[in-house]
Amino acid sequence: MSELKQTFNSSLGKKLIMALTGLFLSLFLIVHLGGNLLLFSNDNGYSFNMYANFLTHFPPIEVIAWLLYATIIIHAIYALLLTIKNRQARPVGYAVTPKAPASWSSKNMGLLGSILFLFIVIHMGDFWYKYKYTHSVGFKEYRTNLSTGERTVNDFTPQKEDFEHSQTFDGDVEIVKVKDLHTKVAESFSMPVYVIIYVIAMIALSYHLLHGFQSAFRTLGWVHRKYLPIIQFIGTWLFAVIIPLGFAAMPIVYFIQSLK
Amino acid sequence: MSANGNMNLTLKVWRQKNSQTAGKFETYKAENISPDMSFLEMLDVVNESLIHAKQEPINFDHDCREGICGMCSLYINGRPHGPKRAITTCQLHMRSFKDGETITIEPWRAAAFPVIKDLAVDRSAFDRIQQAGGYISVNTGGVPDANEIPIPKVIADEAFNSATCIGCGACVAACKNGSAMLFTSAKISQLGMLPQGQPERYRRVQSMVSQMDAEGFGSCTNTGACEAECPKEITLTNIARMNFDFFSAKLFREEEIGEVNHGG
Repeated sequence: MSELKQTFNSSLGKKLIMALTGLFLSLFLIVHLGGNLLLFSNDNGYSFNMYANFLTHFPPIEVIAWLLYATIIIHAIYALLLTIKNRQARPVGYAVTPKAPASWSSKNMGLLGSILFLFIVIHMGDFWYKYKYTHSVGFKEYRTNLSTGERTVNDFTPQKEDFEHSQTFDGDVEIVKVKDLHTKVAESFSMPVYVIIYVIAMIALSYHLLHGFQSAFRTLGWVHRKYLPIIQFIGTWLFAVIIPLGFAAMPIVYFIQSLK
Repeated sequence: MSANGNMNLTLKVWRQKNSQTAGKFETYKAENISPDMSFLEMLDVVNESLIHAKQEPINFDHDCREGICGMCSLYINGRPHGPKRAITTCQLHMRSFKDGETITIEPWRAAAFPVIKDLAVDRSAFDRIQQAGGYISVNTGGVPDANEIPIPKVIADEAFNSATCIGCGACVAACKNGSAMLFTSAKISQLGMLPQGQPERYRRVQSMVSQMDAEGFGSCTNTGACEAECPKEITLTNIARMNFDFFSAKLFREEEIGEVNHGG
């Protein structure tokens, strides 16, 4: 076995992969939340649709996106490999449930991760797949008067099958024709079942990151009396509170708006 | 409670003839037990009555009975070494239990710790991890002066804290993954932090981790159950230290390539 293969097949090597992929995914969440906050921009989906269009048509982002999908799968596969080995390490369990004080989240990372994986499949199937690979997402035409800033919006049906987006100018008026993911999001989030799925998934995300973020640093060996409190603070407040709350707010706010 | 303040207890004890046969729980009465007895003395009393009744006594590990040898074990009511913090089973007194209580006693459960008989498990996997690198190679000679090598007090203290590990296996027993990383990391840390341990530092961490994996222990998920149950209060920081040294050795130290004979 080659030296590196040996390293990554060891228990610690597998943990290293879990930690690095986990931290990369955590970092992605910040970007994802930041971008999706455009859902709250209250401009008939203009900025959100432009953002979705940018993400799917800017090649470097495309590369990072596929890296991200690979990371999710690697994180899940190594979690599975480690879990199998961990189960094998105790073939006969205890009759009395262990009473050792350990946080609930740390003991249920597999369950939380499975919920999240299922959620990612639903989430990507509903938005990413439909946006990129089907014609079920409609189009909008935004006309913005560049001197006054006034914007009008209309539905738009493209003539050509493979139409993606266009930006033209008519004097002072910018005409943007773009896929309308915003309406798709609003439709989905008007259904209570979606709201429930999303909120449950974000609770799972919160608990997963509450343990996962600081655990990744422990795995990497970056434990220091000076920095540990900072890592725990970020892991708790940013990753287990602000980010899941931010994401959960989207279906909740859209659902409430759909009732009006 | 009887008039003299002694206790009557019900014990549910794991009985298993040997590693090949399946085991089961047996129920025993422990009567007239002084609250000042240690847990092991209580088992001695039960065993005495079993011997008088011509029955097979309960097999359990013990040696020094003062909390330093690491021989006693026992998973008592869901906790390694019983309900109290930072003590071994031999230091656990019966006053920690209530009169009339039912106490469930199980052996350490881990694939790498097969049951020898009843509550005694084979912990030689720990010996093999230790033998893989838990030492320093020094030539014999005259005794060096005690202050020849200056070591900062904080470092000496930290190394000593790690060195207090008695290798009892409570960490493995407590861990939901049956991981031996607290033990292994303590043994690596106690040498890796001191000047005398430096020459073999990076070889040691690789060899010991490799042996730990080969023995079939699980891996750490940083739940902290081991740290909470360790009778010597070995901290999780040791595991982080081991990880850092392991990754340094594996990923950044060219001179270490091919130096380690991996067990599997």
